[in-house]
Amino acid sequence: MTNHTMTTRHHLDHRLLKRLLRQIWPFRWRAACVLVLIILANLDTVINSLYIGLLIDKYIQPMLASGSHDFTPLMLSLMTMSCIYLFGVVVSFLSEYLMIPVTQGVLKNIRDKMFVRLQHLPLEYFDNNKFGDIMSRFTNDTDTLEQMIGRSLPNVITSITMIIMVVITMIYQSFYLTLVAAGVIGVMMWVSAMILKRSGRYFVIHQKTLGDVNGLIEETISGQKVIKVFSHEREAIRDFTRLNDKLALNNQRANAYANVLMPIMINFGNLQYILIGIIGGIMAVNGWGGVSLGLIASFMYLSRNLSRPISMVSQQLNSIVVALAGASRIFALIDEQPEEDNGQITLVNAKKTHGQLQETRAHTGLWAWKKPDGQLVELEGDVRFEHVTFSYQPGKPVLNDVSFYAQPGQKIAFVGHTGAGKTTITNLLNRFYDIDAGTILYDGLDIKDIKKADLRRSLGIVLQETNLFTGSVRDNIAYGKPLADWSAIEAAAKTANADSFIQHLPQGYQTKLEGDGSDLSQGQRQLLAIARAALLDPPVMILDEATSSIDTRTERLIQEGMDNLMAGRTTLVIAHRLSTVRQARAIMVMDHGRIIESGSHEKLMKQKGVYYQLYTGAFELE
Amino acid sequence: MWSQIKKIWQLLGEYQKVTILTPFLAVLGAGAETIAPLLMAAMIDQGVNTGNLQQIYWYATWTLLFSLLGMGASAWAAICAARAGAGMAKNVRAAMYARIQDFSFRNIDKFSPASLITRMTSDVNSVQNAFSILIRMAVRAPASLFFSLVVAFILNWRLALIFLVLAPVIIIGMYFISTRAHPHFKKLFKIYDRLNLVVEENVRGVRVVKTFVTQRREINKFHTVSDEIYQEFSLAEKILAATSPLMEICTYASIIAIAWFGSHFIIEGTFTTGELISLVNYSMHILMSLMMISMMMVMLVMSRAALERICEVLDEVVDLVNPEHPIKIVPDGRVDFACVGFSYVGDRRRECLQNISLHVPSGQTLGIIGGTGAGKTSLVQLIPRLYDTTQGSVRVGGHDVRDYDLKALRDSVAMVLQKNVLFSGTIRQNLRWGNPHASDQEMITACQQAQIHDFIVSLPAGYDTQVEQGGTNFSGGQRQRLCIARALLKQPKVLILDDSTSAVDTKTEGLIRGAWKTQIPNTTIIIIAQRILSVQQADQILVLDDGQISGLGTHEQLLATNKIYQEVYASQANQEVTS
Repeated sequence: MTNHTMTTRHHLDHRLLKRLLRQIWPFRWRAACVLVLIILANLDTVINSLYIGLLIDKYIQPMLASGSHDFTPLMLSLMTMSCIYLFGVVVSFLSEYLMIPVTQGVLKNIRDKMFVRLQHLPLEYFDNNKFGDIMSRFTNDTDTLEQMIGRSLPNVITSITMIIMVVITMIYQSFYLTLVAAGVIGVMMWVSAMILKRSGRYFVIHQKTLGDVNGLIEETISGQKVIKVFSHEREAIRDFTRLNDKLALNNQRANAYANVLMPIMINFGNLQYILIGIIGGIMAVNGWGGVSLGLIASFMYLSRNLSRPISMVSQQLNSIVVALAGASRIFALIDEQPEEDNGQITLVNAKKTHGQLQETRAHTGLWAWKKPDGQLVELEGDVRFEHVTFSYQPGKPVLNDVSFYAQPGQKIAFVGHTGAGKTTITNLLNRFYDIDAGTILYDGLDIKDIKKADLRRSLGIVLQETNLFTGSVRDNIAYGKPLADWSAIEAAAKTANADSFIQHLPQGYQTKLEGDGSDLSQGQRQLLAIARAALLDPPVMILDEATSSIDTRTERLIQEGMDNLMAGRTTLVIAHRLSTVRQARAIMVMDHGRIIESGSHEKLMKQKGVYYQLYTGAFELE
Repeated sequence: MWSQIKKIWQLLGEYQKVTILTPFLAVLGAGAETIAPLLMAAMIDQGVNTGNLQQIYWYATWTLLFSLLGMGASAWAAICAARAGAGMAKNVRAAMYARIQDFSFRNIDKFSPASLITRMTSDVNSVQNAFSILIRMAVRAPASLFFSLVVAFILNWRLALIFLVLAPVIIIGMYFISTRAHPHFKKLFKIYDRLNLVVEENVRGVRVVKTFVTQRREINKFHTVSDEIYQEFSLAEKILAATSPLMEICTYASIIAIAWFGSHFIIEGTFTTGELISLVNYSMHILMSLMMISMMMVMLVMSRAALERICEVLDEVVDLVNPEHPIKIVPDGRVDFACVGFSYVGDRRRECLQNISLHVPSGQTLGIIGGTGAGKTSLVQLIPRLYDTTQGSVRVGGHDVRDYDLKALRDSVAMVLQKNVLFSGTIRQNLRWGNPHASDQEMITACQQAQIHDFIVSLPAGYDTQVEQGGTNFSGGQRQRLCIARALLKQPKVLILDDSTSAVDTKTEGLIRGAWKTQIPNTTIIIIAQRILSVQQADQILVLDDGQISGLGTHEQLLATNKIYQEVYASQANQEVTS
């Protein structure tokens, strides 16, 4: 059983590795150059390692034997060697230098691919994956990949070609001594495999505890003020100490195994060196196997060049395993199914001549839906839900047979408890999610046939939570329309009632916002969100009120801003404060995914049903 | 730098011994590893060359012994280094955590939670990495260099002079390369931060990106940054690529020189072939150690910033400390403000509260109303001494808050913060936060008073229901009521609610207030609220405006006299129907 799972995992890794290597394909010529250079450099190293033996056997020993003092042949050979050395230096430098754009290029491509894919993923992906997990693919996982492609991979290639060449040379020189070396290498590999197995196991445990400790730190430090208020410091320290001690223990174990690997490998290398010396020495003394003094010297030298790449590979294995885990997460993101869009109908500018709609390039304020057959339908903002059923997770319907309509210019409000399905309605209209049954019609067109980007462009949405981006206040208002001119931006801010507070900021519209606009109050952030929607001037508005408490004055500003925005547009309001809904044409009271009451404020108050109870404060709205 | 190293040394505590042991073992290992090849040379010269098997065995035994000694010592050093490193990280984290627990709100504000988290996680990691490498290398590399040089000089001092020429070349070369590359890496980290920011904002704002159809622009934004990383990283790596030719040229130069002069000496008869082989071998050792030393210096520089950031936390002076003879008991719930002025930065010209004087008798209720930035939160935070006043004094139970033991004071003054935080764990665990010894009955009473008991028992797991991080599995109103119950369980003498009933519906809120009136009549209650309805029935209502008292009185009094109060009342009256 264990064996079976191990082989399948091995198989998976193999495919993953192949896929990772395929990322190098766009740089194949350069990578091929690097490969050739690496092989040349290794060849050079092997020749170099043979030189000392050659020097002794071909030059020094004969000179000693003949008593000659003619150093010319030696000098010539040294000069040749210098050239070979120099060649090696140049070649290995070039191999490293040329590899840089390959590594960085691959990483850039992977990052870009991930981000592009992220832009086209459906909202479900963001619901189902934690923010931290998505982020870590761009940070930790890419970093480990950098290590692997930039360092481990060339190292392993170098090491393997080196091992092959050294072994060939060794066999060519002395078969018996090669056996000695191979024996030591075998032991070396066995020991390193044992250590790696243990260190790998402890490494996983360590990573997990580290995650726990970091999680605890994040949670408690973020809530530090609560800890202070409850003078809960001593307990917090106690909880932390328990985990921290555990981490230290696991950390020590994992690192001990990882640290021990290198010295053991180095000393095994020494041991091999010594063994070859001893056995070679004995062979030379006894005249066995034609072993000469120079041969021992170069063989010892060669053995160094064998043990070093082997310990290098075993050291790199750890980081390759870690990197492959990262790569699998990265590829999982890239392989995610993008948001589907089969819509054919597009949104175009239009003008009316003699009551006839015509497509035009200029912005006219009049919009039309263009069907695939070229027919134009004026964008008016008529929204109809017909028997809509929807669930985020199969079997748990959030909306059940919901039907309502909003005629152009009408304001419809939705009220109900948290989880009643109010926000879901907006998510369906802009096709963040697709419905399970029923139809949603927009100006008589099924929204499934409208291109998503165009559908969303025709809707102005103020979301429940305001997200601002790093940049100036102006940039943030112009987020949906970056080319808008000054006067339009200011007009939008005025419509949203945001102008006066912006004017009071240190640099007015040029004030830089950072950290999601954390310097602004919740109310001010909402005003900016309204201005952002106002600039687009859409025919249909969806307003999802913020739940956070806002002081009365700001709330009134927001209310007015929203009222300005709603004027003359079809509006769907998700109400969290009942003050907003009174003027609505119709109020939909939702509960457990159904519309349980609907009608005007007066009608519903008279009914004395759920709405009446909500309104009089008998139920919590959230 | 020295004071920081000293600090780490003190923090090592029980790991000091193993920290000292590590370099010694490392040196022992390095020594043995250095001597082994020397014995090899002797073996070749006196055993192989002369054909003396006796000599070969003799030297072989010693060489093996030294090799095994080297392996043992190095491996032990590696284990000790792991232990010392893990221990150092543990103690540093524990010290930082304990220090942060002592932090006042002002200290926390100064660093910001996010920065404290980074310091405790990634900064500690990078210092630990540097530490475990340093304690093994710091002594080992110079020792290895020293041994090898000594042996080289013993083997042939004239040839060993080559290393004296090459050493400065390597050190200067490496220094030059790393100082050249360092600014690029620094710049690179900044670009990385920007890349993370783009992704972060994009993911957090994914709904905005989709509704405004700005994917293409987001992609362009990302491409610009990822391009910059490509450029900058390539540049830095290209500089670092100069390391290998530097090392190789030095290695090969030494080999050529040793070969040329060495063979002359051999012919002269002052040098042997065995010695030549070992000297070539030592030249590798020497050059490797030199490179290690240069790399260590770079590492030290790199981890220095992290060490500094850690020490900043450890050295931070906590500005709120217990008095020398603290009062341990808060007699009752009286709250008095006498001419209080307060500024977050301790600057009297930038006070956000000015000249506040008020008296709340024990058991009474005070409501506080005012716009954003009026100073409501600042005012109540002075009561449990989360900040110290800049001017004037705050008294609880008749004593200045600065005279109390901090824990005693905060145990008696419960506060529900505006940003409610529930921690991961069960509901029971979260509630017991305020009072670990509370009985189940007390817990249920507190929950009943906060009108959350019925909801909790309606859950399948009841009081053992898991609260997810941040309490995301509860609605805003439920979270607020849980937080109120948590505070009530402390059985405080003063209960402060900082806008913590905003998501609770008016009817439930009324029930909560009713429960308090009858069940905890001696507790002083201070409520900050946006809704007039929440404070209407308070004994006194304080209207704050721009850090000053604009009005103080009952609902009726304020309605008659206070302009701001009238305004707020009017705006809410036509929106909400009072129950």
